[in-house]
Amino acid sequence: MTDTVKLYPAKPHKVYFFATCLVDLFYPEAGMAGIQLLEREGIEVLFPQDQTCCGQPAYSSGFNDQARDVIIPQLELFPGDCPIVVPAGSCGGMIRKHYPELFAGTPWEDQARSLAARTWELTDFLLNVCHIRLEDAGEPVRVAMHTSCSARREMGVAEVGPKLLGQLEQVEVVEQARAAECCGFGGAFSVKHPEISAAMVADKAEALEAAGAETFVTTDCGCMMNIAGYAEKNRRPLRGQHILSFLWQRSQPAGEGEA
Amino acid sequence: MSGGIQPDQVRHFQPRAQAALKSSQIRNNFRSAMDGLMAKRQAAFEGWDLEALRDLGASIRLRALSRLPELLETLEANCVRQGIQVHWAETGDEACRIIRDLCRARGARRVIKGKSMVSEEMDLNHFLETEGIEALESDLGEYIVQLAEETPSHIIMPAIHKNTDEISELMHRTTGTDRSRDVAYLTASARQQLRDKFRSADVGISGVNFAVAETGTLCLVENEGNGRMTTTVPPCHIAVTGIEKVIEHLEDVAPLLSLLTRSATGQHITTYVNMISGPRKQAELDGPEEVHLVLVDGGRSAIYQDQELLDTLRCIRCGACMNHCPVYTRVGGHAYGTTYPGPIGKILMPHLMGLEQTRDLPSASSLCGACGEVCPVRIPIPKLLQRLRKESVDGDRMRASVVEGHGVKRRWQEALAWNGFRWLAGHPGRYRLLGWLMSRFRALVPQRVGGWSRYRTVPRPAPQTLHQLMRDRNRRQTHE
Repeated sequence: MTDTVKLYPAKPHKVYFFATCLVDLFYPEAGMAGIQLLEREGIEVLFPQDQTCCGQPAYSSGFNDQARDVIIPQLELFPGDCPIVVPAGSCGGMIRKHYPELFAGTPWEDQARSLAARTWELTDFLLNVCHIRLEDAGEPVRVAMHTSCSARREMGVAEVGPKLLGQLEQVEVVEQARAAECCGFGGAFSVKHPEISAAMVADKAEALEAAGAETFVTTDCGCMMNIAGYAEKNRRPLRGQHILSFLWQRSQPAGEGEA
Repeated sequence: MSGGIQPDQVRHFQPRAQAALKSSQIRNNFRSAMDGLMAKRQAAFEGWDLEALRDLGASIRLRALSRLPELLETLEANCVRQGIQVHWAETGDEACRIIRDLCRARGARRVIKGKSMVSEEMDLNHFLETEGIEALESDLGEYIVQLAEETPSHIIMPAIHKNTDEISELMHRTTGTDRSRDVAYLTASARQQLRDKFRSADVGISGVNFAVAETGTLCLVENEGNGRMTTTVPPCHIAVTGIEKVIEHLEDVAPLLSLLTRSATGQHITTYVNMISGPRKQAELDGPEEVHLVLVDGGRSAIYQDQELLDTLRCIRCGACMNHCPVYTRVGGHAYGTTYPGPIGKILMPHLMGLEQTRDLPSASSLCGACGEVCPVRIPIPKLLQRLRKESVDGDRMRASVVEGHGVKRRWQEALAWNGFRWLAGHPGRYRLLGWLMSRFRALVPQRVGGWSRYRTVPRPAPQTLHQLMRDRNRRQTHE
């Protein structure tokens, strides 16, 4: 009954990259940083141009039919046995945990299962499949890490971000109070219950600031949009960055870090 | 459902939650209490293989549920054999009437009660009151809640929404107790007042934590001794419980208790563990003359019909899900307006009351998964919330909705929005066109987006999508 143990594959020559719509439309630099990190590890990155969204927005609102119709055309885009890497715990969790449930007992069940079994959160993949070694090329800096709930609980990668940041010599990682608590994003939740969501993000921003960090890095653009958006609206100094952008920038020799 | 929960109360989750968010008293009381409970739980499981224990707990509950009808019959037979009279109630109202009739048969005017969430669910106290029977709560938290004429805000710690000052003031106003910040003094004072009530009570009513089928044993845990007093001092003891509380073997009790007390209050064991196996026997010096067990369905057998929703019934009522819930921690238990608040309430109450009444509960979650992570019997709470969201909008034509009141949240506007999402994201060409339009006209993206922008800025689309960046890169590489 325990969640299945993750069996990491051997480092492959190629991976599929599933960008997620949020990275694609709003934070492509995070996706590009992930792609470049993979390529630096000697992995060829395949980017199917017909990919769109993982379907989670509709699914988590209860509109399973619409979610399936968005997913079905994309099930064909990742043939073979290449791993699929995702720069988000949330969308990764959708594919890995929820596709098999959503398609159980349908003609797409096998395809969904195959996709789920090959899907990895990208930082997890870099650390535990690529065994990446990062050389820090940046100035001393202090950051906090916010691991999204789905990265933490659905993808089981809570240890990954801190380990990767730990490889960077000049980076001090500060721990915020209640680090495992949700930032209040929750997709449609932030719109359907805006006051509760706002109370949660206010506490999260405060905890990050109280830890002494002006920058937080995160696995998920949803959390980043939420926390950084709250900070900006309230004219606080707190800034967010996707952990992939941060890792790429820090580990490129000076002047080459810009994606 | 009887009158315990006023339907309107539940329906108005949103305004109550918003009011709670504005109350620093509520926010602080819950935050500090929940922080304490989370820390205690963590410390209590130190050195345990918690995941293995949770596996065991889940398998015990699943095994019991898989044979529920049969185990209930075994339980009944073994209880009867030991002199416990068993009564079946299909609804909370019926259970109330059974208890009233039992009280009447003894000419009882005064009832003392141990903690029982099922009796809250049935609104037993009010019912008995209208029938001229006084019911006094003896659990300290329940006692405080009763003095305040409120309902419990937490299933384990009913008065957790109050701090010491508020309790002192309440006791002063209602019982004449001197105002004090000394918790021991306030407790002693309540204890003294209750002691007299125990002596004069005609009937004691308690809940049940586990009912052991093979031995006919009713297991009841508590910390104040009030449970033991309730079940032994009055001449008649009535235990009331939901039908799902049955377990198969006596050996099943130990792991479940280990999980229950550590998950609930971070205790290795409670001060009192009562194993009740019948009325006073000949030559015994104490104990009640009569023991009754009232088994309440109250909507549970309907949940039992569904393979997925069935998991809801695994619950052992530890409250860990609410202690760890970021929503519950902020809005408190009363905002829900339901007998069971927090994550377990969100997945249980729609069955007990219908989705019509509980329409706002399934969506009031960020699906962070903290509840599922700590549940000692591994109830997949987020998955069940997801299921109820689907039910409340009738969102799946491949799987029929079954929960009463399904479809209540389906609005054509939202359905239209998701159809729009399907039209765009379900077609690669349209999606890329959307990306192109958004990047091209990024300055025109609205900066006010409902509840989102009240508290946050709206991000601007990137000047180029990753699709565009990768397409350009591939073209460059092909040219090189």
